[in-house]
Amino acid sequence: MSWVTQTLSSSLGRKVIMSLTGLFLSSFLVIHMAGNLQLFKSDEGRAFNEYTYFMTHNPVIMTISYLLYTSILVHALMALILTRHNKSSRPVDYAFKRPEANSAWSSRNMGILGTVLLIFIVLHMRTFWYEMHFGSVPMAEYDGKQYKDLYKVVLVAFSQWWYVLIYVISMAALGYHLVHGFQSGFQTIGLRHKKYTPLIEALGTYVFAILIPALFAAMPIYIFLKANNFIG
Amino acid sequence: MKVNLKVWRQKNNNAAGKLVEYGLDNISPDMSFLEMIDVLNGELTRKGDEPVAFDHDCREGICGMCSMYINGRAHGPQTGATTCQLHMRSFNDGETIIVEPWRARAFPVIKDLMVDRTAFDRIMQSGGYVSVNTGSAPDANEIAISRTIADEAMDAAQCIGCGACVAACKNASAMLFVAAKVSHMAVLPQGQAERSIRAERMVAQMDAEGFGACSFTGACSVECPKSISLDHIARMNREYLGAKLTSENV
Repeated sequence: MSWVTQTLSSSLGRKVIMSLTGLFLSSFLVIHMAGNLQLFKSDEGRAFNEYTYFMTHNPVIMTISYLLYTSILVHALMALILTRHNKSSRPVDYAFKRPEANSAWSSRNMGILGTVLLIFIVLHMRTFWYEMHFGSVPMAEYDGKQYKDLYKVVLVAFSQWWYVLIYVISMAALGYHLVHGFQSGFQTIGLRHKKYTPLIEALGTYVFAILIPALFAAMPIYIFLKANNFIG
Repeated sequence: MKVNLKVWRQKNNNAAGKLVEYGLDNISPDMSFLEMIDVLNGELTRKGDEPVAFDHDCREGICGMCSMYINGRAHGPQTGATTCQLHMRSFNDGETIIVEPWRARAFPVIKDLMVDRTAFDRIMQSGGYVSVNTGSAPDANEIAISRTIADEAMDAAQCIGCGACVAACKNASAMLFVAAKVSHMAVLPQGQAERSIRAERMVAQMDAEGFGACSFTGACSVECPKSISLDHIARMNREYLGAKLTSENV
């Protein structure tokens, strides 16, 4: 198996790991976003709580979730290894450089954006994932069946303006991360074609970098307005 | 016109370098950037100072020697051109111009603006060729090659190995150079015999030389004097992954 380790430790192989984990995480965002749209329902959180029950009890989902946690760790760790290597490839930097003349800001700052996202993920998982699994969540009863009322935890968290602000800023970082990352991921695994690359670029920009982060950001804003009685 | 130069001066690879200021008057806007450096060196020589060492050869944009990082960009403010194709009319009268050598671990400074680019030669030696038995030249159109493939190969073959891609890349990555060389022969029938081994060996040598990885910022393609497309990097990745998955080299 030496060729496998050799391939995966080459500069190209490491980028392939970044690409595959990154694209997997992108696909997760679609599912996560679609599921959390239940938060917009005006049913005191019933649909959302039933959905979270399904997500924490379905064996397929649970298996994929462990793959997901691993992907986040591998993506972050590999980014660290690559960044260290890339920095060492230019030990003496230029006295004056104008990178804005030849490349997009987001493409040069994936590490910073990724760090913001990693901090966000830790905070996000502490607030909801940890509470759901190990914390004391109030119970709700629908049709005689007991459900953990995660919706209440969401209401409490998003009723604080500063917490909402962290989410909105993080989603902006997600947009910038994906506007470069999504299409770049396809390039890395060699998928570039006259017919399909414009489609991938449009999908990466309009869906993954704009629509998805905007919908995610809308959730805490909506809950904040609702919890503070700005809207019904 | 007048220019105020800040040029990187470094005695040798081990010495510490620094930017040194020089003022020049009576520079013609029609001079190439290298001719302006020639004028500077003439003045320095007359004063008994050491002239600025820099690489140059053809001065018509085809040899790739004139490596200069000018005002924060490889080969200066123009795109699709080498330093010898850059003219002083691209600058304002009295402008301060900062001139630095290419910066990369794999391109150590020899002296002043000259860097050692033999890392590229070693990458070429590792697989950037087609092995053929020598003999009389074959007929020109003996092997049928479609026009699109010929154009694609020619676009990649335009690479002059100047190293601007490495200089411009935030990671000092040589991906565009290696991609151009791998891609050039991967699409041609003559390159098929050594197709997988070429991709494997050239990427391995690129890594061994200490170049960085690719972040797809696209800076290389913008600064490339031959405007080589990022398409070739995607093709090299395809070639490399395909070779690694299917070749007989365990």
